[in-house]
This record gives sequence, C-alpha cells and structure tokens, in this order.
Amino acid sequence: MSRVTLLSLQVLVAVVTLALWQFFSSVEVFGKVLLPPFFFSNPVDVFAQIVKWFSTGVIWKHLMITLWESILAFVIGSAAGILVGFWFARQPRVAAVFDPYVKMVNALPRVVLAPIFALWFGLGVWSKVALGVTLVFFIVFFNVYQGVKEVSTTVLDNGRMLGMSERQLMRHVYWPSALSWMFSSLHTSVGFAVVGAVVGEYLGSAAGLGYLIQQAEGVFDVAGVFAGMFVLSAFVILIDMGVTVVEKRLLVWRPTAVVRD
Amino acid sequence: MDTATPNAVALQDATVAFRVADGRVYTAVEKANLTVAHGEFVAIVGPTGCGKSTLLNVAAGLLKPAGGAVRIFDKPLSGLNRDAGYLFQADALFPWKTAIDNVAIGLEIRGTPPDEALKRAQTWLTSVGLGAFANRYPHMLSGGQRKRVGLAQVLIRDPKILLMDEPFGPLDAQTRQIMGNLLLELWSADRKAVLFVTHDLEEAIALADRVVIMSAGPGARIIGDWRVSLPRPRDISEIRMEKDFHALHKEIWSVLKDEVMKGYAQSTQAGAA
Repeated sequence: MSRVTLLSLQVLVAVVTLALWQFFSSVEVFGKVLLPPFFFSNPVDVFAQIVKWFSTGVIWKHLMITLWESILAFVIGSAAGILVGFWFARQPRVAAVFDPYVKMVNALPRVVLAPIFALWFGLGVWSKVALGVTLVFFIVFFNVYQGVKEVSTTVLDNGRMLGMSERQLMRHVYWPSALSWMFSSLHTSVGFAVVGAVVGEYLGSAAGLGYLIQQAEGVFDVAGVFAGMFVLSAFVILIDMGVTVVEKRLLVWRPTAVVRD
Repeated sequence: MDTATPNAVALQDATVAFRVADGRVYTAVEKANLTVAHGEFVAIVGPTGCGKSTLLNVAAGLLKPAGGAVRIFDKPLSGLNRDAGYLFQADALFPWKTAIDNVAIGLEIRGTPPDEALKRAQTWLTSVGLGAFANRYPHMLSGGQRKRVGLAQVLIRDPKILLMDEPFGPLDAQTRQIMGNLLLELWSADRKAVLFVTHDLEEAIALADRVVIMSAGPGARIIGDWRVSLPRPRDISEIRMEKDFHALHKEIWSVLKDEVMKGYAQSTQAGAA
C-alpha cells in the first residue's frame, strides 16, 4: 500500500467514525436518538470545547502540569531503577534477599497507592510524581537488571583480556548493555509516567489533564470529558513521537528495528 | 630449547576440572605439558570437546587450573595474562561501538589520548583491509569483516602473546583461507608467540611452526607434537598442494583419527543418555 493510500484510508476511518457519531447523536432513527447527547455528547460540541480551551489558553496550564509531573516521574523513576537494577545485578545476594519484596510490591496495583501518596505528599505535584515513579521504577529496574545480567560472557571476557578494570567494564560493557535494555522499554516507561500523572490527578488534585476530565465528569459535562480524552491522546502521541526520535538516535547500533509492545 | 630467551607460555602438568551439575567433578584436561617459545606459532588440534579451548583459557588466565603450573615468560601466572591478546571464537566485539571505536578501545583504556587512539585504530583497520568501514557497527559487517575488526582490536595493543580460539571456525572455506593469509602476513611483521586452537588439521599445518595433538576428553592429554618445517612465507591455499604438506598431514592424521573417532563415540553416547 502506498503512503498516500494508507494515509487517506486512515483519515477515512476517523471521518466515518465522527460522522456516525454526529449522525446518531443528532438525528432520530425510528423515532429515537440512538446516542443521547447527555451521555455521548457529539463531535461538534467536543470540538468546540477543545477550541475554547485553546483559544482562552486555560488548557496550557493543565498540559504543562501534566507534562511536568510526567517528566519528574520518568526521571526519578528511571534514575532509581538504574541504580537499584545495577546494584542488584552486581550483588546477587542482595537481589536474593529482596526478591520476594520486589515481587510483592510489583504485584500491587499502583492505583491503590494514590490515596496514601495524597496523604503523604499532599494534593500538589508530588503525589502524582510518586505514583508515576512507582510505575516507571519497576519497568526500568527489571530491564536494567536483565541488561546487566545478560551481558555476553564472551564480550565480558574480551573486555577483561583487553585490559579493562572493573570500572572500565562498568562503563564500556555493563552500562551500554543495561541502557540498551532500558531504551528498548522507553515507550512503556514514558507511557506509564503519563498514566501515573493522569490517574493521580484524576483521584485528587487542583490542576492537570486528569483534573480537567474529573471536573467535567463531576458536572455531567460529557463534551468536556471527551475533549479531555482527545487532548490527552494527542499529548501522549506527541510524547511518543519524541521518544521514537530519541530511540532511533540512541540505538543505531542495534541490528533490528526496536521491538515494542 | 634456547635457555637465554624464556618460553612465552609454559604449561606444566596443567589439570583443569569442573564441578558438574550433580556434584561430580569432570576433569577436562589432565596433566597437559605445553610450551610456546618466543616468536613461535603453535597450533593445538583435537577432537571436538577435548578441552582445547579450556587449555587456551588457562593460558589466558581466564581459568585457574586445578593442578600444575602456568608460567608466562618464566613468571608464574596469577590473575589474567596481561601479556596476551585473545581472539575469541564467538563474536566478542562490543556491539554498541563502531568498528573504529572497537579497535581504539584497547588503547583508550590504557590512557592513550582519544585522537591518537583513533588515528592508530584507523591505521589498523586499513591494514586488515577495512579502512572504509570505520564507522560501521558490528551488525553491519559480515562474519569475516567482524573477525578482521577483532584481529585489529587485539593486535593494536601489541600483545607479546596471541591466543586464538578457533577464530575462523564460523567462516566459510574461502574466507578462512583469506583470513589465514592475513594472519600470517600480520604475524610475520613481528613474530609474536601464537597459540592457535583449531579442529582443522589442514589449517593447523598450513599456519603453524608446531602442531600439537590432544586426545579425546575427559582427562584430555597432549599426545603428539610435530614440527612443521614448511618454508615461510606461506600461502595457505597453495601450501596444501605440496608434497611435504601431504606427508605430514598423513602422519598426524593417523594419530588424530583414533581420537576423533573416540570423541565422536563419546559425544553420541552422551547425546543418547
């Protein structure tokens, strides 16, 4: 399929979906509106809401808050994940001792932590960051751990025979290997940072995209809820595109295109 | 043996044993005696799984022998063998570094300034015929090209001893011959001591000054030692046609054949069990 055909077909899907939505929410079929506007709103209203947010500029504040929370969650979660991943991989005894607890905490659905974080860190930015960190940390941690453990013994022996000290092995062998594993999960971890921020906002905050959606929902403003969802998806897609660019630059040495989930 | 210059590598009664999964001890190599003189090219040939690579790892200091002594230039070896460069059978290049960075790394970790290290790496890449491939990552190179980079990576450090573990094993026949000639060409420049492991007797005779035969494992021993007096410089693909080559090949093969059959029988038994 050529690029043009593909693109036009993709656009067609959106147009048909929106047209059907608009049609069934505004025209009576057999004497009944199939998508009552109260529950489903309609594309025109949703679009009007989005335009209003951007023309008045209120959306920027919320976008910036969510972006900021996501970035903080990603950076802190990744840094902690790298540190602990390295530590555990190089100290198998420590890893063995902590193993059941790591599994236990990872098994916990992170949403239940939101109230306790709100209690500890207040309703501001940090309770959302904390939630995002708990999500990002484990992805990065497991990948870095794996990356350090799975360094090929031949490559390691080669480094040793070339005269590398333990520190140089760290820098030239373990570190790049761990980073490559971490980068291959970059899409997931960045996505989870955003999830943490939005869910945290939704459960209690004064700003952010999650807050916007929650507020609209509170007054049965379905157009507002849908508008918030569309802005959120566009936001996540933009971030994801940024990640793809970064990834392409960082993983040039990889033989195959990066597999992502 | 000339007593003035000590042997580059000397294994005395080297025994290597591994603990196997069920707690038993598997003796891979038993009381092996082997010397490589200064500037000498020695090839070890033996059936698959006889412990040739094990012996090489002992000489490299990657494995500690359970018994016996390892002496490098007449000094007992403790820890890694700092005088040796090791060319591995499997891919050992750093996949996240370009060809030139892979070659330069051996100098950089020694503290050579990056500019100079890169310049010398480029010279080495050119001498292994990869001058135009400096910025390729290993996965963009063919198997033979990766071996060339590996050779440059090892040789740039100018080690006094070269240890090679079936380095050309995974390559196709033509590439092996080309690589063999390249190796001899580079080697003849300064004649390092070489310990070259292979399962290919022809390759061993074509390359080496001495061919050492190991018995089938477990408890493999060195059972034969032949001097190859074919003239140098040699061309690997042509030397195989010579009469002396055939005579020597026949002589060594008569000993090696039995061990190969033994090794084969053991490997099929182990497979059935």
